[in-house]
Amino acid sequence: MVAEPLNQKSSPPGERPPGGSLKAKRRGFFSTVAMDNMFFGATLIFGASVLVICVLIGIQLWRASEPAMARFGTGFLTSSVWNPSPDDPTKAVYGAWPFIWGTLMSSLLALLLAVPIGLGTAIFLAELAPRWVRTPVSFMVELLAAVPSVVYGLWGRLVMVPWLQVRQDWMSTNLFESLQGWEQGVARVPGLGWLADYGPSNLVNGAPLGQSMMAGALILAIMVLPFITAVSREVIRAVPPSQREAAFGLGATRWEAIKGPVLRYARSGIIGAIILGLARALGETMAITMVIGNSDQPSVSLLAPASTLSSKLANEFNEASGDQLAALMYLALVLFCITIIVNAFARFMIWNMARTVTGTARE
Amino acid sequence: MTTNCKSLASLIGTATLFATLAGCGGPQDTATTGNMADNSAGNTAASGGAAPAGGQLTGAGATFPYPLYSKWFDTYNKNKGVRINYQSVGSGAGIQQLKNQTVNFGASDAPLNDEDLKEMPAPVVHIPTVAGAVAVIYNLQEVPKLRLDGQTLAGMFLGQIKRWNDPKIAALNPGASLPNRAVTVAHRSDGSGTSYIFTNYLKAVSPEWSGQVGAGKSVEWPVGIGGKGNDGVAAVVKQTPGAIGYAELAYAIENKIAYAALRNKAGQFVEPSVASTVAAAEGASAAMQKDVRAPIVNEPGAKAYPIAGFTYILAYKKQQDAAKGKVLTQFLNWAMTDGQGMAEPLLYAPLPASVAKLNQTTIQSIQ
Repeated sequence: MVAEPLNQKSSPPGERPPGGSLKAKRRGFFSTVAMDNMFFGATLIFGASVLVICVLIGIQLWRASEPAMARFGTGFLTSSVWNPSPDDPTKAVYGAWPFIWGTLMSSLLALLLAVPIGLGTAIFLAELAPRWVRTPVSFMVELLAAVPSVVYGLWGRLVMVPWLQVRQDWMSTNLFESLQGWEQGVARVPGLGWLADYGPSNLVNGAPLGQSMMAGALILAIMVLPFITAVSREVIRAVPPSQREAAFGLGATRWEAIKGPVLRYARSGIIGAIILGLARALGETMAITMVIGNSDQPSVSLLAPASTLSSKLANEFNEASGDQLAALMYLALVLFCITIIVNAFARFMIWNMARTVTGTARE
Repeated sequence: MTTNCKSLASLIGTATLFATLAGCGGPQDTATTGNMADNSAGNTAASGGAAPAGGQLTGAGATFPYPLYSKWFDTYNKNKGVRINYQSVGSGAGIQQLKNQTVNFGASDAPLNDEDLKEMPAPVVHIPTVAGAVAVIYNLQEVPKLRLDGQTLAGMFLGQIKRWNDPKIAALNPGASLPNRAVTVAHRSDGSGTSYIFTNYLKAVSPEWSGQVGAGKSVEWPVGIGGKGNDGVAAVVKQTPGAIGYAELAYAIENKIAYAALRNKAGQFVEPSVASTVAAAEGASAAMQKDVRAPIVNEPGAKAYPIAGFTYILAYKKQQDAAKGKVLTQFLNWAMTDGQGMAEPLLYAPLPASVAKLNQTTIQSIQ
C-alpha cells in the first residue's frame, strides 16, 4: 500500500541524474548528492511513519480488545446480543453482528445510490458540459466534500428525517401492501413459494420512524457523492485526447466514444474513486449516528433503525469500562480489519484492471 | 497520465483510511489526556504565586452536573483562590482517569458497583453532590397533561403497549382523548447516567423489565429509536407524534417539551420538579446511612417523584499528596454547605440535610 508511491518519488541514493555533474562541483552541505540523500531519507521517514502508525493502531486495538476476544472468541462476530447491563453484571454479553450488518448494509446502499449519480455527474462535467457550467458546478462539488459531517448530520436530523418520515408512511402502508399482494400472487407459481416469506416487502416492513437504515444510507450517499464525482471527473479528464479522437475518427458518436475508449481507459481510476467513497462511508460516524436510529436489533427492513460499528463506538465509548470497553475495542478492531480488507481488495481490482487495459491496448 | 491519477486516487484513499482509523482511535485519547491535566497541575503548583490560599485541583467525569460544577469552581476560585480544572468527558472516562490517578477527583452519575470498586487501586469514597430528576417526555398534542405509572411505562418501553389508546393508559387518564396512534419509544443511544436512573426505575417497578433488560448506563433496549444525548432523544420526540422518551428535567424544561406526571409509591401522581426530587432524596436518606450508593428511584413519600438519582464525586480515601487532599476536602465541605444554594436555580435538587451531614463525615475520613 505504501511502498509504491515511495518508490515513485525517490531515486536510490548515489544514483545521480546525468546532468548533475556540473553542479556537483559545489561541495558540502548543499551539494546535490547530499540533498538527494537527504530527500531520500526524509521521504523514507514519512513513508515509513504511515506504515508504523498503521501497525501501532492494529497492535493497540488488539491489546485493548484481548479480554473480549478471550471471552467471546470469533463467536463475537456472529452474535446478535449486545447487553452490557443484565441483572447479573457478570453475565454481560456482547456481539458484533448487528453493527457489522449495519456498517456493510448502509455503506453498500449508499454506494448503490451515489455511484450512478456521481459517475453521471463526472462524465457530464468532464466530457459534455460547456465551460460556464463546468467551472461553477465542479467548484460546488468540491465544496460539498469539505462540509463537516456534523453539519450533514444536523441537516439530516432536522430536514431529511422529517421529509423521509412522510415518504416512509406511504412505503409502510401502500407500498408494503401492494408488494405483499404481488408476492402472494407470484408465490402460487411452483418454485417461487419462498417469495411469500422472503419477498421485497420485507424491505419496507415496519413503522415509519424516519430515523432508519434508509436515512443512514441516504445521508452517506450524499456525503460520498462529492468524493466519487470529483475524483472520477479528474480521472476522466486525464484520458488522453487521442483516445477520443481515434474513436471519433472511426465514426463513433459521442456516447460511443465515452462508453468505449474513455470509460474503459479511466476504469481503474473510477474504481479508485468508488473505493474512496466506500472508505468514507464505512468509517463515517457523526452524521450517521444522528440519523440511523441506533438500534441494536438487526433487521432487513430499510425502515427499521439500525447501528453501525462506528456509531456504536461513538455512542458507548465515553461511559464504558471493563468488559464493555474491551468489547468496544473489539468492534474497532473489526472495523479496522473491514477497512483494510476493502482497501486491499480495491488495490487488487485496480491492479487487475490496469493489466487488462494494457492488454487490450496492445491487441 | 492515468497511472498518476490512479495513484493519486489510491493515495487519497489511503489517507481517508487513516483518517477513519484515527477517528476510531480518537476516543481513546480522552483516557490519556489525564496526563496533560496532571502536568498542568504540576506547573501551576510550581509557578502559582498569584492565588493567596493557593492550590489547584483537577477532576474529570460526568457531563450531567457540569453546569453546576463549573459555577461552583468559578465561585470557589473567586472566593478562595483555588483553581479547579474540570473536564466533562463522561463518567466512564472520569472513572478511568481516577483509576490511573491522573486526576484528584472523578465524577460519575452512577455509583461504582462492587466489581468496579475492587478494580480500583485503593479505597474510593462516594460523595453525592446533588440530585436530579429524569422527566418522561412525550409528543401527544391531544393530551397536555399525561399521567403514567411504572407498570405502564415499562410496558411501553418493552414494546408491549403499542398504541396510545391502550386501556392501561386510558385507565390512568380518565377523560383524556387518547388517539389511536402508535407508541414510538425513544431512548438514549449513548451510555449515560440518565439512562442509568431511568432503567433503575423500570427495574424497580417491573419484574419483567428486570428479568428481560436490566439496568445500566447502556442496556439492550427491546424497541425504539436511540438518540445521542438529551438533544438526540428530544429530536425524536419532537418530530414524531406519538413518541415517548426521557431526558434530564432541566433539559425538558428549558426546551419546553411536555413531560408526564408519574404515580409514585404512595399512589400520588407527581410531576418532576426540584421540590419533588428533594422529597425523593429525603426518602432515600435512611438507606443511604448504610450505603451511600443506594438508588433513590421509586422512593416512598407522598410528594416524591419516582425517577431521580444522585450524581457523585469520587475520591481516594487516602490522598497521595496530603496538601492536595486538604484542598480537596476544604472544597468538598464548601460544596456541601455554601455550594448547595446554587443548585436550585440550575434545576438541580440540593441535598437533604441528612445526606449533607452524612457527606461531611465521609469527607472527614479523607486523609
